[in-house]
Amino acid sequence: MEPKALVLAGYGFNADAELAEALRLAGAAPERLHLADLAADPSLLGKARILAFPGGFSFGDHLGSGQVVALLCRRTLRPALERFVADGGLVIGVCNGFQALVRMGILPNRDGRWGREVSLIQNESGRFVDAWYPVAFEGKGRCAWTKGLSGRLLPVRHGEGRFVARDAAALDAIEAEGLVAARYSSGENPNGSERAIAGICDPSGRVFGLMPHPEAFLVRENHPSRRHPSRDDPGIDLFENGVRAARDAT
Amino acid sequence: MRIETCYSRPGLDGRGKGPADRLARSTGGPASARLADVILLDFPLPRETSVELFSDPVVQFVADAPIPTLPDLAGWDWLVEIAYRPGVTDTLALTAREAIEIAEGGPRGRPWLVQTARLYLVTAPGSAGRADLVRSAFSALWNPLIQSAVFISRYEWEAGSRLPDPYPAVSLSDDPEPALFDLAAMDDAALEALSTRRLLALNLAEMRAIKDHFSSPATLAARAARGLAPFATDVELEMIAQTWSEHCKHKIFNAEIEYSEPGEPSREIRSLFKTYIRATTEELAPSRPDLLSVFTDNAGVFKFDDQTAVCVKAETHNSPSALDPYGGAITGIVGVNRDILGTGIGAAPLFNTDVLCFAPPSMPDAEVPEGLIVPRELLAGVHRGIVDGGNQSGIPVAAGAFVFDEGYMGKPLVFCGTGGIMPMSVRGAPSWQKSVAPAMLAVMVGGRIGKDGIHGATFSSLALDESSPSSAVQIGDPIIQKRMTDFLLEARDAGLYSGITDNGAGGLSSSLCEMAESSGGVRIDLDKCPLKYPGLSPWEILVSESQERMSLAVKRESLEALLELGSRRGVEASVVGEFTDSGCVEATYRGKTVCLVGMEFLHRGLPGMRLPARWVPPAIACAPIEDRADWTEALLGVLADPDVASKETLVRQYDHEVKSISIEKPFTGLGRDAPSDGGVLKPRYDSWRGLTVTHGICPRLSSRDARAMALAAVDEAYRAHVALGGDPGRAVALDNFCWPDPVESSSNPDGAYKMAQLVRACEALREACIAYGLPLVSGKDSMKNDAFAGGRRISVAPTLLVTLVGVIDDVRKASSTDFLAAGDLIYVVGATGRLLGASVLERSLERPGGRSAPPERYLGPCPVADPRGHLPAYQAIARAMSGRALRSCHDLSDGGLAVALAESCLGGRLGARLRLDAMPRRGESLPMPYPEAAALLFAEDTGRFVVSVRSEDRERFERSMAGMALALLGETTAEPRLSATLGGRIVLDAALGDIERAYKTPLA
Repeated sequence: MEPKALVLAGYGFNADAELAEALRLAGAAPERLHLADLAADPSLLGKARILAFPGGFSFGDHLGSGQVVALLCRRTLRPALERFVADGGLVIGVCNGFQALVRMGILPNRDGRWGREVSLIQNESGRFVDAWYPVAFEGKGRCAWTKGLSGRLLPVRHGEGRFVARDAAALDAIEAEGLVAARYSSGENPNGSERAIAGICDPSGRVFGLMPHPEAFLVRENHPSRRHPSRDDPGIDLFENGVRAARDAT
Repeated sequence: MRIETCYSRPGLDGRGKGPADRLARSTGGPASARLADVILLDFPLPRETSVELFSDPVVQFVADAPIPTLPDLAGWDWLVEIAYRPGVTDTLALTAREAIEIAEGGPRGRPWLVQTARLYLVTAPGSAGRADLVRSAFSALWNPLIQSAVFISRYEWEAGSRLPDPYPAVSLSDDPEPALFDLAAMDDAALEALSTRRLLALNLAEMRAIKDHFSSPATLAARAARGLAPFATDVELEMIAQTWSEHCKHKIFNAEIEYSEPGEPSREIRSLFKTYIRATTEELAPSRPDLLSVFTDNAGVFKFDDQTAVCVKAETHNSPSALDPYGGAITGIVGVNRDILGTGIGAAPLFNTDVLCFAPPSMPDAEVPEGLIVPRELLAGVHRGIVDGGNQSGIPVAAGAFVFDEGYMGKPLVFCGTGGIMPMSVRGAPSWQKSVAPAMLAVMVGGRIGKDGIHGATFSSLALDESSPSSAVQIGDPIIQKRMTDFLLEARDAGLYSGITDNGAGGLSSSLCEMAESSGGVRIDLDKCPLKYPGLSPWEILVSESQERMSLAVKRESLEALLELGSRRGVEASVVGEFTDSGCVEATYRGKTVCLVGMEFLHRGLPGMRLPARWVPPAIACAPIEDRADWTEALLGVLADPDVASKETLVRQYDHEVKSISIEKPFTGLGRDAPSDGGVLKPRYDSWRGLTVTHGICPRLSSRDARAMALAAVDEAYRAHVALGGDPGRAVALDNFCWPDPVESSSNPDGAYKMAQLVRACEALREACIAYGLPLVSGKDSMKNDAFAGGRRISVAPTLLVTLVGVIDDVRKASSTDFLAAGDLIYVVGATGRLLGASVLERSLERPGGRSAPPERYLGPCPVADPRGHLPAYQAIARAMSGRALRSCHDLSDGGLAVALAESCLGGRLGARLRLDAMPRRGESLPMPYPEAAALLFAEDTGRFVVSVRSEDRERFERSMAGMALALLGETTAEPRLSATLGGRIVLDAALGDIERAYKTPLA
């Protein structure tokens, strides 16, 4: 049985179609759902095993990237989301989705109370950038989505992806507890993120967010050097990890 | 109350750096700026709600006292606060309102106010008493047309000056009663004065036609029967002016033209559009069953595969971008997205294209006349608008270009294109058709109507001068539109409407009158149109170009479901009228009829124009080029020309990969930094079939002959389609003409020459499209690209942009420009006539930076494309490619052979060793006083490619190219050097590192 994945849409999210396709290729049964419909009926979450927050510019990022989605989720979905994760549900947020999870406080959520510890702010360059960067996944981390994945080039497409923590102590704790899931590698860092952090998870390892776009690397032909030999695999294996974890948890 | 949010550490917020750096330069001392985001409310909001809604507590704080008084921020010298002027759409405020509503924090039972501003606290010891320096440091962040700025010095603050709280709201005292005009009593002078005074942009013949119509017994009787005065109302005049504007009716393309050239009998052309554009498509249509809808809708539609249709359209937004570069560009892009959304029963935007033309950024400010924005800042503003417009809409940029020429100093050209996708059938009906029938309701969806964008259509039909109206500027918001788009596609699939079109130029007047052509009439209730603020006159409601609006035709039984879905999606929908078969456009306001105009007169009453066109071949100088032993320096100069140099820094700010459909990207190769020939997309996740998207634009050639310019533009776009691996028989083309005013008058004495250029370009367009089998499926013209500044007219070079969208059967076979391995054979396909006129070399030999060579330094005539002659080689390349006999393929364009080789080497991080002796040439001897090596390396003949081939595929490739102009020039090398010999002598020897530096530095 393919685990059902809800992929949120609406309000300015715009990378929902490819996120659904990546989950489908990984063996899930994706369904796109307008966030307004989920906010109006949080019980819809009960039937799914994976909840995915896509990239985009929700509410224009006018008050801060992901800010209003985070507000809406805190006000309407928090109990349902907490139950969903406690019951073994998987959550992924990519780019704007990651920003929303961080602003909600469900990432990294070391205190279990959605306390805010980290942020994703304007790139050091001050510019939006669309380019492929080398990303390495943490071998020893807790993240269910990135276990055993090889490093590769992945597309980065954001203006606000610079990972910063409240203070050095919070950053050290996030590292020490194995919550860093992905980093920019080979000395590259597209946005000035602290310790080149590209993605983190919560203590359960099931809630995960990252700035690069594995769902924009669906087939080898998406690779910008597609006609040269390469060892970069499409991003589907990351979603396969998530789908496997969703299956294992039921 | 003012809610002021600031980053806790200055290093986290880079937004103050720009003005601080400028101030440091002008004062010669240190300068810094901290920034606060300000929300202004007319009600109290609890502090903890402000913190949650308007700050990120990890990195920001909300000030608990007026921020200029905080000890942490003490020491500032100036406060600078920038806010939108009343009535300009402030999207940040709209989002803030929505957040307050989610948090249930707004007052109940009364309307409430939200405004926003951005406050800079500037520290610059050298700026005391120098308000002028502070103002100029902020000039790039502040467009006085749409924003207000408050400057308060430390001294003024201490004397009691404070920041506004709140800012003034819109307050209109206009009398909203319609004005009446007794046209029958007006003589010619009065008619012309009326057109000028009301910015109608109608000429005397047109004004007379309106006068005659309103004085005719039939009109008088019809009006009397409805109890209307015999006078025209301002609503009627404005509606007619919008409908008859050059922008909407393409009067020049439909004019009768008398064309003459020396030694030929003069001839008459009845409508350039019918003769050269529509006729081309009609001639090709029988062999192109994939064409579904052309010329009848917002965009041309063709069949992509059995389940899917694709539509495509390109627009320009030149005049608004000249006034407000950011707002003009963003509005251009979201505007053409709406065209796609309004095509057929509604298509989903799939990709954008952006071709932007400016004067070279190297132009010294002193040479830019007063009143014009300097090219560097125009480029920055337009670019930022394109970035935000496309990225925030989630529509990838598939292809584009930046083109530089001094003629674009007065008006930049901002071409925005969009491709859309829809299923072949929606709920059992062909998707490319819509239906608008009597008794259907006219429903307006999306944003509300304000004073923004009044007179956009008539204004773009005039030259820019100091009196250009600021209300003509409107600012689109991609997020409001994205939400509306999602809603409309959902409504489409649920069958909740029958017809759709966009509100662009001319607003409701254009959209509803256009839809009413199907039903036979429309009645508009202006009282029911939702307004941003009270006080609009009825004519303003009808012609406002406020953004993010679509018009629908809705069956009565579907209305409730449509409105219900709209309210769930947070998108406003309002019934504003009803389609009829009365033969008239009627509008009522406060219970009275304020507009009653027959559809026949409105759409077909426009008198035609008759215009002269006189071609006189210009005398072209042919300056000699001194011979030199080595052309490496010349190559590095050509690579650094802004038309050739890498635009990676600019282009990487466009999202070109959202939707995950991108295969061939703007940059390709091992280092992902070599330019590609265009875009390849894979629109469906479940199919390998793809689309190619390419452009041709060659304005430099217009200085010789606009005919050569247009031939080259078609050829460049089609050649790139072939180079990417596209099917040579499955492409469609769009034509966008941007011309200097071709209507001769006392203020435009060479108008007939520019008209002749237009005729020649149209003939060439037809010739090339017929040769290549390219139906023209949509197009647009912009005919007044002139500015008056510094006492002179500044006009664009006659420019035709050709956008090609083609099919490639399998994207896995798509080629690319980069060399793949050392030891591959390098061929050039196609011959050179060795002409260097209008080449990049011509201007880069004179001076760096992309400025034109002075006419006395022209290098003679330019190459002229020969589409019928080029076609066999294109077809042979396509065959070789589908047999996988090619490794790489790059079309030769700006900078000729030398630049194409340099780019292919860069892509593969390889070198090349070549002998130029065998290069295919047209003509026996050098036609001009140039050294042979210069002509071989830098001539920009059309119809040519550089390809690389595995040595084991040599025979197979050469067999497939039998009979074509072809030469084996050499091979790729692991050593990263590009070197070439001619007659045994080294004429080029460039290290790849030098090539990369020359190519990447100028626009980084």
